[in-house]
Parts: sequence; C-alpha cells; structure tokens
Amino acid sequence: MSSYAPWDIESARAIIAEKQSMPGALLPILHALQEEFGYIDREAEPVIADILNLSRAEVHGVLTFYHDFRQKPAARHVLKLCRAESCQARGSEALAAHAAARLRIAFGGTTADGSVTLEPVYCLGLCSVSPAAMLDGRVVARLDERKLDTLLAKAGR
Amino acid sequence: MSGLRIYVPGDAAAVAVGADEIAVAFKAAAPRNGTAIDIVRNGSRGLHWLEPMVEVATSAGRIAYGPVTAADAATVLKAALANGGDHPLRLGDPEEIPFLKNQTRLTFARCGIIDPRSLDDYRAHGGYKGLARALQMQAAAVVEEITQSGLRGRGGAGFPTGIKWKTAADTAADQKYIVCNADEGDSGTFADRMIMEGDPFVLIEGMTIAGIAVGATKGCVYIRSEYPHAIAVLDDAIAAARKGRMLGTRVAGSPHAFDLEVRVGAGAYVCGEETALLDSLEGKRGMVRAKPPLPAHKGLFGKPTVINNVLSLATVPVILEKGAAFYRDFGMGKSRGTMPIQLAGNVKYPGLYETAFGVTLGELVEDIGGGTASGRPVRAVQVGGPLGAYFPRSLFNVPFDYEAFAKADGLIGHGGIVVFDDTVDMAKQARFAMEFCAIESCGKCTPCRVGSTRGVEVIDRIIANRDRAANTALLEDLCNTMKFGSLCALGGFTPYPVMSALTHFPEDFGAPPRLAAAE
Ligand SMILES: Cc1cc2nc3c(=O)[nH]c(=O)nc-3n(C[C@H](O)[C@H](O)[C@H](O)COP(=O)(O)O)c2cc1C
Ligand code: SF4
Ligand code: FES
Ligand code: FES
Repeated sequence: MSSYAPWDIESARAIIAEKQSMPGALLPILHALQEEFGYIDREAEPVIADILNLSRAEVHGVLTFYHDFRQKPAARHVLKLCRAESCQARGSEALAAHAAARLRIAFGGTTADGSVTLEPVYCLGLCSVSPAAMLDGRVVARLDERKLDTLLAKAGR
Repeated sequence: MSGLRIYVPGDAAAVAVGADEIAVAFKAAAPRNGTAIDIVRNGSRGLHWLEPMVEVATSAGRIAYGPVTAADAATVLKAALANGGDHPLRLGDPEEIPFLKNQTRLTFARCGIIDPRSLDDYRAHGGYKGLARALQMQAAAVVEEITQSGLRGRGGAGFPTGIKWKTAADTAADQKYIVCNADEGDSGTFADRMIMEGDPFVLIEGMTIAGIAVGATKGCVYIRSEYPHAIAVLDDAIAAARKGRMLGTRVAGSPHAFDLEVRVGAGAYVCGEETALLDSLEGKRGMVRAKPPLPAHKGLFGKPTVINNVLSLATVPVILEKGAAFYRDFGMGKSRGTMPIQLAGNVKYPGLYETAFGVTLGELVEDIGGGTASGRPVRAVQVGGPLGAYFPRSLFNVPFDYEAFAKADGLIGHGGIVVFDDTVDMAKQARFAMEFCAIESCGKCTPCRVGSTRGVEVIDRIIANRDRAANTALLEDLCNTMKFGSLCALGGFTPYPVMSALTHFPEDFGAPPRLAAAE
C-alpha cells in the first residue's frame, strides 16, 4: 500500500522550485509531485507554468499526454495488469475479466470503497514469466486466478 | 565479504516470482546453519523457467538450484552450504545447461554472473577493457571500428551504428549528447531491462566510448517507468562509476569528460520512437518529429545527438575489446554479430538466448524454446513486438536476419518472440494490434490516429460476420493507407501484425483457410 501526503500547494511549490533548473524539468517535476501526493492537482498547473515560463495549456498538454500521470487521487492500491501480447498468450485476458468481475469495476476504474484502482499496462518486461502485474509498484508474475485473489485479498478486496 | 557467496537474482523477473522472499529466508536461516553467507543480488542468467534460480560458489565452481520457492529455501540453503550438495532442485553447473551452453554470449557475457553494483566485479570479469583500448585510439578510428564491426541498431530499425556515430562526429557543436533509448516498450522483450539490472556498467562503458568517439560529454538514459528495478540499479552503478572516476571530468584519468544521468519515462509507447523520446526529454509531449533534421545533426536541445538502443551501446565494449573482425565474424549476410533473442509467451523454455544471426525461427521456437508451455501445438509466433508480424509454422525456416525477415513481410525488431498455441484467435490479435495503435498514437498523422480506430471497427464487423468480403477489402485498404501515410513506424508498421494475421490465418476471419500447397 502506498501512502501519500495530502495535497498541499506550498510543499508542491517547493518540489517544483527544487527541480526548476534541470534541463527539460517538466517530466521530473510531474513525477516528483505524483510520488509525493499520488496525483497532480489542477492547482499545480499554473504554478508549474509560471515557474517554468510555459503556458498553462502546455503544462496541461504534457500532463494529459502521458498515461502515468494522474489528475485525481488514486485508490489506496493500484493494480496494473499487463494486457500485452506475451501475457495474452498465457491467459491474461481471462485474468483481466476475473479481476474486473471480482472488483466490479472496468479497467481504469476504482472500487466504490476506494481501495483498489485497476489499470491496464502494456508490457512490464516480465514476458518470460507471463502473465504479469504490478501492485503498488511491486512486480508479480506467473499469475493465475488463485495468485491474483491472494493479491487482491492483501489489498483488502 | 567473508561468508560463502550465494547468488539470488535481483532481476525483476526473478523478483516477480519470489526471489526477494528467498533472499530474506536465506538470511534468516543462515545463522541456524552456523555459516556466514554473503548474498549477492546478481542479474538473471536468462533461464527464466528456472527462476528463481539461486547459485552457490563452491570449490568446484558455481552450482545452481531452481526454481526455488520460499518453502524450499531452508533445504536448498542446507544443500548449498554443503559445497553445493544434492537436492531435488539441484541443476549443477548452470553453464552446462544446454540452453545456456549453446549460446554465444558477447553482449550478455557477464549478465547473471557478476554483482551488478560492483565496479570491482565488473573489472574482474573483463570490464572497461574496451574503453582502455578506445582511449589509445583516435576518435575517428573508434567510429571506424564500430562501422567495420557491422553492428546495426538493436532498437528495431537496424540502422548501422557506425554511420550514425560518424554523422554526429562530423557535426561541429559546442555540446553533443549520447542518448540511450531504454524505453523498451515492445511486448515480448526484456533484454534491455536484463542488461541494466544485471550488467549496468557495460552500458555505462558503451556510452562513455560513444561520447569519446563523437565528442559528446553528456549522456542520458531514458528508462521507462515500468522498470523501477532497472532504474535503481543503473542509478547505483552510475554513482559507483563516478566514485571510481570512470565518469566525470577526467574519465579513467584521460583528458575526456563524460557524465550520465537517468531520466524516467511516463508510460507512452511512442516515446520509444527516437524523436518523440527527445521531445519527452525536453519536457514536452512525446510527439514524433519529421526528419530531417536527423538527431545526429539537431537532436536533444537542438544539439547533435547519438541516440541508440541499450543493446547497441552495451555491445560497443566487446567490439572495442576484441576488435571489429571478431564481432563481424559471427552472423550471416548483412546481419553481423549476435542478437540477444527473447523467448516469451506460451513457450516451454522462456528466457534470453543470445546467438549469432542465422538461426531459424523454427529452431528458436521448437528446439531452443521447446514448443509451447501448454503442450498444445504452436500456431502463431509474433516476432518484433506489437508492430511485428505473426508467423505461421510454414514460415519456420526463415533465418533470424534483418533482410530475410523483411522478405517474409516481417521484422526482427528488438528480438522478441512471442509464441501462441492453437487456442489463439488471430482476428482478436489483429484487433488488438489496431487497438494498441489507437491507444498509443501520438496523434500527429491522420492515418495512424483515425485509421487505427477505424481499423478496430472494421475488424469488429468482420468478427461479427457483417459484410465480411467488403470489410476485409476495406481493412486491406486501410492498412495500405496507414503503411504509406504515417510519419513513424507506429502507424506505419501496425499493418504488419494485422495483415500477417489476415494473410496466414484467413480462417479466423471467416474466410477459407489457405491451401496447404500454398504453404
Ligand atoms: C513507435 C516506436 C517505438 C519505438 N520504441 C523503441 C524502444 O522502446 N527502444 C528502442 O531502442 N527503439 C525504439 N524505437 C526505435 C527508435 O526510433 C530508434 O530507431 C532507435 O532508438 C535507434 O537506436 P538503435 O539504432 O541503436 O536501434 C521505436 C520506434 C518507434 C517508431
Ligand atoms: S504514425 Fe502515429 S505515432 Fe507515428 S507520428 Fe504519426 S500519429 Fe504519431
Ligand atoms: S507482455 Fe506482459 S509483461 Fe511483457
Ligand atoms: S543530459 Fe539528459 S537531459 Fe540533460
């Protein structure tokens, strides 16, 4: 389980300022904010734009371009299930259906109790031990329904 | 460093199947056995069906056990401590296992053997000999050595590395960059990850040599965010190299300056495309740039930039150490040297297999890979990631070679092979290829952005048996438009998996099967 600090514009400003002089600082800044708060609040956009001398639209454009960046707080646990070809060849689609049914959400969704967000990922480089997934940044592979159930139980589901 | 050396891979694939738990169990059990142990988190040897595979250093060399579960940890440790003694999971000398023994490991020579975070270990196993030789040569001669070796880009396009370096070397500028493409987005591939986790100094050495050869003092490794282990190991190795004065203002005591940093991607497949990657590094959306200008002329921040895949750069040290002729003598035709091939999907023996170009697809899948893991017949094999073609068994005689694959309407890409058994539905695979393109398109060109979405709809209609003949013709048309009207290979190559599925497996699209005689 990942625990994040509650959103706070002042500490966000400090994080942004710390990285502002890196060449191409925007991605490292967004990563750092998400690492701290679990997502990037709208409130950060004008601040980043101002400090990096960009338009707010440019910042928003980058934020929304990349699949990794979240604009809303994530659930307590994030399960990324690989849905790319090698995992498909080892039954990941059945596993994906099982996960969605058990959590009663579609991919991209969060359970009603806010415990788990289910996301697709397209290859984790664990194709030799497919099917694979990542739970809160930890890799797990050679998954089957039983192993997945154990993981979800640990995440409180 | 006084205890018995026990190797428990820290490679993400081993960790994903329990290696961390085994390392913890070993540490806990060691005092009970009365022996001090020294656990090394090595990379993986690449025999992934045996992971977690642990090894112990004995008087007779290394002895392996695998696949070890947490439940076996105590008994395996006991056997290992008895000078590599008997156990049902004992595999003996790992280098005698045919899968490993029959390989030609040049790029992966040290992976799985050394402690990836130890500069001393790297040196003790031949590391930095390539740089030592490069430092005694003229920069132009280093570039020429790479050209003569025949090394081609391992990221997918197969462009001659030496020519790319020469273009950057010949472009005058106050600042040049070496960028390593570690975005490794292709499904079925993991060789870049394994090198970064198992032998990161070889990549650092390769980038340093590249910097000296073209006159670049700064390097940057763009690693995908899905690879936290690789990021951590490479960060540590860079710090160790700086401390050992192998990076910094005077590399290895020479007048050359070179330093490196790691940048992390943010989950966009298209950022593996070199110009999109450069935009991403500059803090922008990862949009593909039109070429020219070439990155070698105007790359990162507008400066001349060499951008190479991890494997291309990690192969540079052995070429410098042993000479261009040594490397060029392996391989076939215009594909020189070795290729780290990655076997994945439904295959009995998945893992990393480095071998000279020329081995056939059938040998790789049936003999080396052992056929399917499910025990069912192999039906289709996708080579080269999500933009690579699906091959039927009738094409298993195609040799692993850039030109031979192109002739068979496919590509070897980054060397990933994904095996499917006879339960696969090729219309679904074709649909996924289009869907993936739609999800990952950077949006710059219409054939890719809109065509892929239309492609999904058309395949859905074919699957639903609506106007099959007309929709199949439409799909072929659409593929042609994408192939010739896209700026980069995402839109341009998505037709490969789609058309190969349609051509070789028409029965899955409701058409009569291809005649056996045509195969
Ligand atoms: C959509 C797309 C994705 C790509 N992804 C990667 C990648 O993940 N890694 C890589 O090395 N090259 C990738 N490439 C190829 C790069 O554009 C480029 O050819 C390569 O980095 C050059 O290095 P090399 O000559 O050493 O292969 C991709 C290309 C396209 C069109
Ligand atoms: S083909 Fe697709 S990914 Fe490539 S530049 Fe065009 S829109 Fe972007
Ligand atoms: S395809 Fe799932 S980990 Fe690579
Ligand atoms: S060298 Fe990597 S961004 Fe500056």
